[in-house]
Amino acid sequence: MSTLVRTRESLYRIIDSDIFYSFRSSPVTVGAAIVTLILVLGAIFAPLVTPHDPYDLEALNLMDAFNPPVWYEDGTWSFMLGTDDQGRGILSAIVYGMRLSLWVGLVAVLFSGVIGVALGLVAGYVGGNTDAVIMRVAEVQLTFPAILIALLIDGVLRGILPPFMIEELAIWVVIVSIGISGWPQYARTVRASTIVENNKEYVHAAVLTGIHPAMIMIRHVLPNVMGPVLVIATIQLAIAIINEATLSFLGVGIPVTEPSLGTLLRVGNNFLFSGEWWITVFPGVALALLVIAVNLVGDWMRDAFNPKLR
Amino acid sequence: MAEPLLKVENLRVEFPTRRGTLCAVDDVSFHIQPGEVLGVVGESGAGKSMTGIAVIGLLEAPGRIAGGRIVLEGQRIDDLPYEEKRKLRGRKIGAIFQDPLTSLNPLYTVERQLIETIRTHLEVSESEAFERAVSLLREVGIPAPEQRIKHYPHQFSGGMRQRVVIALALCAEPSLIIADEPTTALDVSIQAQIITLLKRLCRDHGTSVMLVTHDMGVIAETAHRVAVMYAGRLVEVGPVKDVVRNPSHPYTAGLMASIPVIGRKVENLSQIDGSMPRLNAIPEGCAFSPRCPQVMERCRRERPPLDTRGRTEVSCWLHAGESVDA
Amino acid sequence: MPERQPLLRVEGLAHYFDVSPPLLNRVFEGKKRLFLKAVDDVSFHIKPGETFALVGESGCGKSTVARLIVRLYDPMRGTIEFEGQDISHVESRKDFLNFRRKAQMIFQDPYASLNPRWRVRDIVGEPIRAFGLLKDGETLDGRVGVLLNQVGLSPSDGDKYPHEFSGGQRQRISIARALSSNPDFLVCDEPTSALDVSVQAQILNLMKQLQRDLGLTYLFISHDLAVVYHMADHVGVMYLGRLAEVADSQSLFTRPRHPYTRLLLDALPDLENVGRERTPVAGEVPNPINPPPGCGFHPRCPFASERCRSERPELMAVDDGFVSCHAVEEGRMPEGIELPPLAETPD
Repeated sequence: MSTLVRTRESLYRIIDSDIFYSFRSSPVTVGAAIVTLILVLGAIFAPLVTPHDPYDLEALNLMDAFNPPVWYEDGTWSFMLGTDDQGRGILSAIVYGMRLSLWVGLVAVLFSGVIGVALGLVAGYVGGNTDAVIMRVAEVQLTFPAILIALLIDGVLRGILPPFMIEELAIWVVIVSIGISGWPQYARTVRASTIVENNKEYVHAAVLTGIHPAMIMIRHVLPNVMGPVLVIATIQLAIAIINEATLSFLGVGIPVTEPSLGTLLRVGNNFLFSGEWWITVFPGVALALLVIAVNLVGDWMRDAFNPKLR
Repeated sequence: MAEPLLKVENLRVEFPTRRGTLCAVDDVSFHIQPGEVLGVVGESGAGKSMTGIAVIGLLEAPGRIAGGRIVLEGQRIDDLPYEEKRKLRGRKIGAIFQDPLTSLNPLYTVERQLIETIRTHLEVSESEAFERAVSLLREVGIPAPEQRIKHYPHQFSGGMRQRVVIALALCAEPSLIIADEPTTALDVSIQAQIITLLKRLCRDHGTSVMLVTHDMGVIAETAHRVAVMYAGRLVEVGPVKDVVRNPSHPYTAGLMASIPVIGRKVENLSQIDGSMPRLNAIPEGCAFSPRCPQVMERCRRERPPLDTRGRTEVSCWLHAGESVDA
Repeated sequence: MPERQPLLRVEGLAHYFDVSPPLLNRVFEGKKRLFLKAVDDVSFHIKPGETFALVGESGCGKSTVARLIVRLYDPMRGTIEFEGQDISHVESRKDFLNFRRKAQMIFQDPYASLNPRWRVRDIVGEPIRAFGLLKDGETLDGRVGVLLNQVGLSPSDGDKYPHEFSGGQRQRISIARALSSNPDFLVCDEPTSALDVSVQAQILNLMKQLQRDLGLTYLFISHDLAVVYHMADHVGVMYLGRLAEVADSQSLFTRPRHPYTRLLLDALPDLENVGRERTPVAGEVPNPINPPPGCGFHPRCPFASERCRSERPELMAVDDGFVSCHAVEEGRMPEGIELPPLAETPD
């Protein structure tokens, strides 16, 4: 009973909050959030919403290859957005590809977030030489484009791993590459907020209780620096998806057998000038839609959580 | 009695929010005579700064003047268009704020800022403006003004910076200066210097000052009359001596008694229980009624008007009968 | 009456902050290392049950002393004895935790001193948990409720978050947290300077009452002389990181000895004396990174002599306190609170 009341209270508080108000009063953000939600739900429930399973090799029929979209004369409702060279439906491939792209993006963001937040907290809290070393490494890494770092790590990992594992671990190689290329963003923000929070008197009060500095970091400082981290994570999600697509487009990302949006673009690119434009254009549109929607939500979050702009 | 320099009549400042309209200044009326220092005192959130900002015309949206009139030298100024208001600031009304750093542009030398302000408002040549700037700095007590004028704001100490801001406010010989907590950010010894300077300047130039502060001590030393505000409303206006020594409103009395005084050893300070209501929860009737030690039934129902009682005006039902006799 | 042992004794306390330019600038531009002597050779003691106040203008080092004493900073030099034990270099963690439990702090900013994401119950209960102070049969909620009652809040306030309270109420929560470990000694760093006067009165009254009820000892840091007069038994006046004068409250306010103390008292706005005219002392506090030689106060002092400009005065005992001033030592100071008119005042 009391948990029910409490849940209802906190729900009411969220709906009544200023953040939610600023969300409601921005139609662009609401639209972007709805688009994001539809795309994410579609990706999660891909097997339920798609007419075909593009991974099921048995269901593929080469006779269906290069079918144009439904509004062409020889298009069929069965393959609304047409098919590729293997006879896979583009719509189904997009939904499954988006599922993969989102998965890679989310895990990569989580990965870089954990590394970045941990290093940023330690740098800000300990200070001194530890701080200097961590932040110089972050700065050096930031001078290179993230995609270059990802390519480098990707190459190194592919060199280390035995060949038979590369195919198997391809997704994880991409995730680690993108993840490592993203951590300095988090580390810098978290370090700056940690230094600010550290000088606040509630942290001093916690020091006076004699509890271990690690506990102070985790229980007091961390919850108070997570706001900006959430904002960066949303914006980084869009970047991670783009980076994954770039890697896959360059052929060092997700393999053709289970294509992501980037892989679809690469494959479709071969047919762009032979007239089968739909194989590459529709995945491209889907990618743009996803990234723009996530980015708009991220932009709104950045403004809404920034007290200076309110 | 001479025509007052500034007349504020039934001023009302509102902030529309999505949870209803907040009334930051509610039916406030006062006037300032030429050469007079009026202290406006109150605790944080009492609406004293908002009143000052409304008079200068610096109220930012969504805040707006929802009622009343502000009359300066016989001219109504609250409904002027933006450009007219801007010209009025500096020419007729000078402003001094709490933090001198926000009033000065850190990228320009003091010379440039002073000369620019002088030439915006007065028809003088560059060299005349420079002469005037140097003499202003000398007047506000900055040593070696000819050299110091070349410096940037960050090269001045806090007290000296506040002197520069005062010089800037005096550029065009305004008839009214609004000083919002001019000494709050300063240490006591510097505070004393700035107060003395302000007093001397308005005596020499005949400038009126609206001195907004939370510090009763500063008011007592500087102001001729004082207006006490509570929850956006005026509770008492009168000569400083009367208000400080013999306050009429229970809030003023409580406020005065709660200030520790050197030489008056007491075990416990007298305290007003509770705290000032938030703007979205101002009680019906008299806003002070829930904390008032002398509250009556009527106070909770009806809002008391500002009535004259001797030399002071007070908004309290305790003195309701007396105004008739006076 | 036998002298009581002091609860806290501070000897020769010093703390410098390194404000040097970065290493690269030092190497390539030949800039020197710079130190801000925030606290320099400060000594005083506090007897049990008494309030000792440190007063001074911003940047005089009073807050640094407070933080050194509760060991938020490690002192560079000097000793801090608490109950006869030197806690500036404690060997055993158990002894140090014991000191932590007994010496707590009330902070200046009621908006920064409470973790905004914690409920009041968790904030007040944290020291109880950390020190393991719950007795048998006592619940954390019960104990927190008692503490909240003690500071004038209701036990049901424990469910709320800090942002639901006004500044004065937050300061009460801060006091409840400080009391929750049953301390003997509270360091109060400007506890009312962020509050309005009517709320300040409430908090000061509460602090005095708690002192009576619980036998607390206070180190009270403030810039407000009137508040210090109301609260303190003994007062130390600080200027540029050093003690200018230490005396019991009564004699400090009736017979100030150090010229700086006189300046402070004279600069105070006076409620009793409406519209007072005066000649304030010129000059400002010098930069503590580059303090003047000799006595730090000599550039503003009307009694400065050649000796004051070259030789630093040490704190020396006078009949009812300590003062560090050559003029007092040489008997050059006129008695009484009135300052002589000054030659060069711009105003």
